[in-house]
Amino acid sequence: MKKYTLEIILIAAIVIMAGVFLYQSNTGDYEYGGADGAAEDAVSELNPDYEPVEALTWIPTFEPPSGEIESLLFCLQGVIGAAIIFFFFGYYYGKNKESKAKKS
Amino acid sequence: MHIMEGMLPGPWWEIWTVLSLIIIIAGIYQLNKKVKENREYLALLAVAGAFIFVLSSLKLPSVSGSCSHPTGTGLAAILFGPLITTVLGFIVLVFQALLLAHGGITTLGANTFSMGFFGPLLAWILYIVLKKTKINVYVNVFIAAFVADFATYVLTSIQLASAQAYAFAGGFGGVFMDTFINYSIAFLGIFATTQLPLAIIEGLIIAVAFKYIAKSRGDLLVKLGAITEEQLESIVKPNKEVKGNEKIYS
Repeated sequence: MKKYTLEIILIAAIVIMAGVFLYQSNTGDYEYGGADGAAEDAVSELNPDYEPVEALTWIPTFEPPSGEIESLLFCLQGVIGAAIIFFFFGYYYGKNKESKAKKS
Repeated sequence: MHIMEGMLPGPWWEIWTVLSLIIIIAGIYQLNKKVKENREYLALLAVAGAFIFVLSSLKLPSVSGSCSHPTGTGLAAILFGPLITTVLGFIVLVFQALLLAHGGITTLGANTFSMGFFGPLLAWILYIVLKKTKINVYVNVFIAAFVADFATYVLTSIQLASAQAYAFAGGFGGVFMDTFINYSIAFLGIFATTQLPLAIIEGLIIAVAFKYIAKSRGDLLVKLGAITEEQLESIVKPNKEVKGNEKIYS
């Protein structure tokens, strides 16, 4: 395996996905809603009498008041995760470099 | 995408909640043991958990015309096994259920079971079995991460179908079986088709991440039993032919 074979495959896959998405969203009539919402719609179609179970009201939950707030929170979730990942990658990178410098 | 609030009628959501609770307790126990064994595992644990955080926050468009997000549980499953992955997955799902109204409280147990336990369990078993063959380590990681993601949504469809068919048929008798099969096909058509391309991308991302972790802390991966010494050798020095580790790509 060449040095960057994996990375090249990953980038190629992302480019292909993005290309398909661009083509589809320009030509087709798709909503790009959530798959969970689509499942919910399917339930009400298959079994119109179904009454959703009442939420457990004693557990306080927060409903994002708008799509903007929701995307903010999702973004925050991603940022926290990315910060942790790259902190440790950077930490190990620096540590390895230092131990190599010591050896030589 | 997880099962939305209210979509699992009783007694199904209670059953999944109890099942998940048992697995989470076992997971916390195992987690404590692992960390006591070697404090350095904490960093890997944080990274594995962070991957679940990042990947499950990305709602990606799919060829089916709807959006879903990867699970990111493959990495934790390979490194720590399905029990600890359940704990990590649960943390993410609680965050999403309480703050984002994504998923739900009554469906939290079912979602934790499918995303935290079932997908990672299959991935973990497959990874261990394939490790014994001489398959390329990245290909093995890719397969495991793909399965962890895809199997999650296969089970999500079945969880939803069984509960809904039960509600429709009023029990296990009568039209339960027929409805269950019909519902399963309908939900698999929604979840599985949307997930397929995303699971492939996720598999590749986790494989790349695995490479960088192995390069920086390969010794820890060997200690965890995720890779063998020979495999580590082939990752750190990729251009050297290593005995006992055939390469799929040249």
